[in-house]
Amino acid sequence: MISLAHYIVLGAVLFCIAVAGLFINRKNVIVLLMSIELMLLAVNMNFVAFSRFLGDVSGQVFVFFILTVAAAEAAIGLAILVLLFRTRSTINIADIDSMKG
Amino acid sequence: MNPQLLQLICFYAFGFVTVAAALSVITLKNTVHAVLALVLTFFSAACLWLLLEAEFLALALIVVYVGAVMVLFLFVVMMLDIDQEKMREGFVKFLPVGLIVAVVMLVEMLGLIGVRAMHAQVMGANPAIAAGMSNNIEWLGHALYTKFLLPFEIAALILTVGIVAAVALTLRERADARHESASQQVKVNPRDRVRIVKMAAVRPDEPTVPQESQP
Repeated sequence: MISLAHYIVLGAVLFCIAVAGLFINRKNVIVLLMSIELMLLAVNMNFVAFSRFLGDVSGQVFVFFILTVAAAEAAIGLAILVLLFRTRSTINIADIDSMKG
Repeated sequence: MNPQLLQLICFYAFGFVTVAAALSVITLKNTVHAVLALVLTFFSAACLWLLLEAEFLALALIVVYVGAVMVLFLFVVMMLDIDQEKMREGFVKFLPVGLIVAVVMLVEMLGLIGVRAMHAQVMGANPAIAAGMSNNIEWLGHALYTKFLLPFEIAALILTVGIVAAVALTLRERADARHESASQQVKVNPRDRVRIVKMAAVRPDEPTVPQESQP
């Protein structure tokens, strides 16, 4: 029988995979963006599961808004990426150091 | 077969696919393959949400993420000319660090959420039916258009701002393009183009054309 623990553990596993992805793909901005999408998916999984098990609609409404904001974020992030590649012809994070951060 | 057992089997199958696809997203060498693995992750996550009877969000995840965002990712990956080998530098160097951080984080999270207590929470009746609605979409729509109307409108505004920002960022004027700029043409002042000269009306001198002798 499926319990809340199943979904919460799955969300935690997905989130940790995304964090590991941020660590091991430090060069490729596209994979970093994809790891962020995975993190959002893990959070959404928790929201949907809690909404279902606690019988509250707010969790699902929140997932709706997260999907909206994540779509806008992906569009702007990829636009910045294209612009970056056009001016610097690289998406290697090690080469993007003009701001000396 | 017992329907609850079937649900559990479906959960483990889709959960396994989700985790395996997520692992291949972060480890695959080819970025295009990583994007396709992310598509599989989202798809199986949508299946898991269907098991939770969140039909609208599951289908929205497929339509919005798999249909739009992932295709955008795929376009960008294929448009940019990426040196795959260079992107893999440091992969082995940071692998142990990433693994340690991920495992420590997972252990901490599992300890924090209290798996045993959560295990007591079993799936009850569909809350949409319990709330007197006919299905999940009606339940969600009812909340979205009454209690959350203002955030809903703001979400639409955010999407519009996202479109404008993405277009404004990537729009460029090529210096060697041979097209007419309509805005520049409209902005032209006639005084910059034509100079009207006032002068007295004088009769020019008689042309002194030499009479040519007929041969």
